[in-house]
Amino acid sequence: MAELSNQLMAAAVLAYLFAMVCYAGEYAFGKRSRVGRAAVRPVEAKQLVGAGGPVAADPPAVADDNPVQPARRDRGELIGRIAVGINVVAVLLHLGGLVTRGVAADRMPWGNMYEYILSTTFIASAVWIGVVLARPAVRHLGLFASLALVVMLGAATMIAYTPVGPLVPALNSYWFIIHVSTIIIGSGIFLIGAVPAVMYLIRNGYEEGRRTFPYTLGKHVPAAVTLERLTFRLHAFAFPLFTFGALIAGPIWAEASWGRYWGWDPKEVWAFISWVVYAGYLHARATPSVKRTVATWIALLGFVTMLMNLFGVNLFFEGLHSYANAG
Amino acid sequence: MTVIEERPAPSAAPPPRRTNGLWALLRNSWRQLTSMRTALVLLFLLAIAAIPGSVFPQRGVNAERVTQYYQQHPDLAPVLERLGGFEVYASPWFASIYLLLFTSLIGCVVPRLIDHVRALRMAPPDAPKRLERLPQHAADLTRADAPAEVARSLAAGLRRRRFRTKVREHEDGVWTVSAEKGFLKETGNLLFHFSLLAVLIGVGFGHWYGWHANRLLVGGPDQGFCNTLTQYDDSTLGPRVHPADLPNFCLRLTDFDATFQSTGQPKTFLATVQLTQDNGPAETRRFTVNDPLRLGDANVYLLGHGYAPVLKFTDRYGVAQTKVVPFLPIDGMQTSEGVAQFPDVNIDPKTDKRDPTLQMGFEGRYLPTSPTDGSATSAFPAENNPMLYLTAYRGDLGLDVGTPGSVYSLDQGQLATGELKNVSGTRPHALKLGDTWTLDDGTKLEFVGTREFATLSIRHDPAQGLLLVGAVVGLLGLMLSLAGHRRRVWFRVRPDADLPGPAAAGGGSVVTAGGLPRTDYPGFPEEFKALVKAAEEGTP
Repeated sequence: MAELSNQLMAAAVLAYLFAMVCYAGEYAFGKRSRVGRAAVRPVEAKQLVGAGGPVAADPPAVADDNPVQPARRDRGELIGRIAVGINVVAVLLHLGGLVTRGVAADRMPWGNMYEYILSTTFIASAVWIGVVLARPAVRHLGLFASLALVVMLGAATMIAYTPVGPLVPALNSYWFIIHVSTIIIGSGIFLIGAVPAVMYLIRNGYEEGRRTFPYTLGKHVPAAVTLERLTFRLHAFAFPLFTFGALIAGPIWAEASWGRYWGWDPKEVWAFISWVVYAGYLHARATPSVKRTVATWIALLGFVTMLMNLFGVNLFFEGLHSYANAG
Repeated sequence: MTVIEERPAPSAAPPPRRTNGLWALLRNSWRQLTSMRTALVLLFLLAIAAIPGSVFPQRGVNAERVTQYYQQHPDLAPVLERLGGFEVYASPWFASIYLLLFTSLIGCVVPRLIDHVRALRMAPPDAPKRLERLPQHAADLTRADAPAEVARSLAAGLRRRRFRTKVREHEDGVWTVSAEKGFLKETGNLLFHFSLLAVLIGVGFGHWYGWHANRLLVGGPDQGFCNTLTQYDDSTLGPRVHPADLPNFCLRLTDFDATFQSTGQPKTFLATVQLTQDNGPAETRRFTVNDPLRLGDANVYLLGHGYAPVLKFTDRYGVAQTKVVPFLPIDGMQTSEGVAQFPDVNIDPKTDKRDPTLQMGFEGRYLPTSPTDGSATSAFPAENNPMLYLTAYRGDLGLDVGTPGSVYSLDQGQLATGELKNVSGTRPHALKLGDTWTLDDGTKLEFVGTREFATLSIRHDPAQGLLLVGAVVGLLGLMLSLAGHRRRVWFRVRPDADLPGPAAAGGGSVVTAGGLPRTDYPGFPEEFKALVKAAEEGTP
């Protein structure tokens, strides 16, 4: 069963990679027509302005584009749909890997760092697919979302892989399920929320007319307003979950297990830091005088603190939450 | 006579006062402190200030690691100490940040609470003159009823959708309906921030009135302890707790059961104790990791376990002494280190005087499962092949000086001055269970057996309940504040323009509508459309 889990996870990573390639394909081919138009139109307009006037300029341009556009769009659309399909398969494989891992260990699959990352990325991925199915418009972020997932899963397999094993007594509690699962869901959504956050910053720069490297990535993604709102909604959804998992369920369990509800263990410190930073994001976003870009940078800072808590604290610091078995 | 008008003077502009410089400074500082920007900056400072606490060892978390840090970085450690680097969360600079933050919070939420209560008691404001300037608006909806009727039915419909509504009649025959919804957002927001205050107060209260202590409890009827400070290895009382306030109970460890996986990872721990409360009858209680022994005014937590070898020393005069000495585990396989000190041995029965040069000390390691290759670390945490490696020392143990020393190592000063000498050679002597070791002077040490010990933490925090309630209420408030949307809707109902004047009574009406989301609310246009549709069709 443990072997099966490993194979399923390997298949899931491959499927994510494949989905990523398809997203990239859509990114590259599907919108070429639009890219082409963006590149061609101003030139035509200029020529025509010279010749006659803008009024006459538009109809021929549109007429020129129309016959070509549907075919090209369809191809991109098709590749995009295939990408989403493969992504769904990848999520199912991911789920299968997680379930078999749990069956092999006869417990919830989040007892060490490897399993924790597997679960968190699964939540991130499932939420992502949910968002895509509900709003196909954001599909163009798929390239970046699956890239992030592949990187995280690769890191989990390379630096944190742990063979299946039962839990240490300290983890043997029903709070293990409540505390860890809510944090996994909260962190998963925070992690995937960072994707629209980054794309918003890029797209926003693009909309402001910047055409240097990172901003060119923003050409095909949804409008900045949409991305910003998606970022906020994901974070606003994850924040109470994380609050419950880290600052209520965690202390209740810590009280029963270690005798104190809060002890500034490195993991607790970084959970506190993440919480404060995300609280800062929500405040900044609610304050009209703070620019949305600034607020989004704060959300990304929160993402960095989450990564620090996930990898840094497990690998560099020694504390009571040392169940990582890594390194 | 002059006519004096008795109309009260308009109180709009108060006479210009000369502003006191200090007062202005205070007022401006307060405004600055309670502004959202300052709060954001303080939040970030708080996050940054918390980082060193995870980088440097903290005395409150693990005091031994601080001592280690002193040894590893003798130059840096005193500097860090002065900056509060080993007690970050108790340091003045950390406290100043969160106290400023909470002051800023109070300065922000108290006026908001007052405003909110006022808003809750006030009727929604009248419709603005030009509804078409609002983000959402609709015009020229016609209804067959008279304005009064239409206004009343609109208000009823809005009320059914849980809007707070107010119908106003104007002099020109125009009726307005004002409606407002989403007060729960602000209520939740205020609830969240006030429960943060409650949590802070709870933490402070718990710190003042709580206490905690640690005890290493060896199994056996002769090794119990009672809840008094002298019987603890270390203890911390809150500033408002008197030692006499501690609840009266005694514990004896009667059984300790540990099971392990084949890899040596622990699987279960179970401690069985004899508990006596308030000099009542003894009762048997069990507790384990994650399931502490709860005693009303104190909780007993099982933190760890280990082994205590039982050693019997027979001196030159044939007098035997038996000691149970806990050895502290140094790794996950329960390789343990400790010392057995026998200061009151080799007392000449004739003179009845203690010879300080003939005190005995044994230092070494205990391996519950000695590996077959003979290496000095245990291969498994359970006692499958117990082996004790000891080095014997004779001389002055240095226990009479009065300075408190560790009971888990010999006095290094005495070893350095040579007052305490190694008398068994460089290689430690190996003892199996039941072995007797005869030393160079004919004295004997027998490894009688081992007992298990449990490390316990005994704690009381009277504010925990308050904290939990505060945190849960805060979470509810947080969800309300994130999910809610505050918005206002207005309808203006005019008599149909074709029939001007009061004669319109009985005729039709023309309705204009406007909507204003007061928070970011992407779903508002749909809601507004639904409201307008309902208004147009006259359905609720």
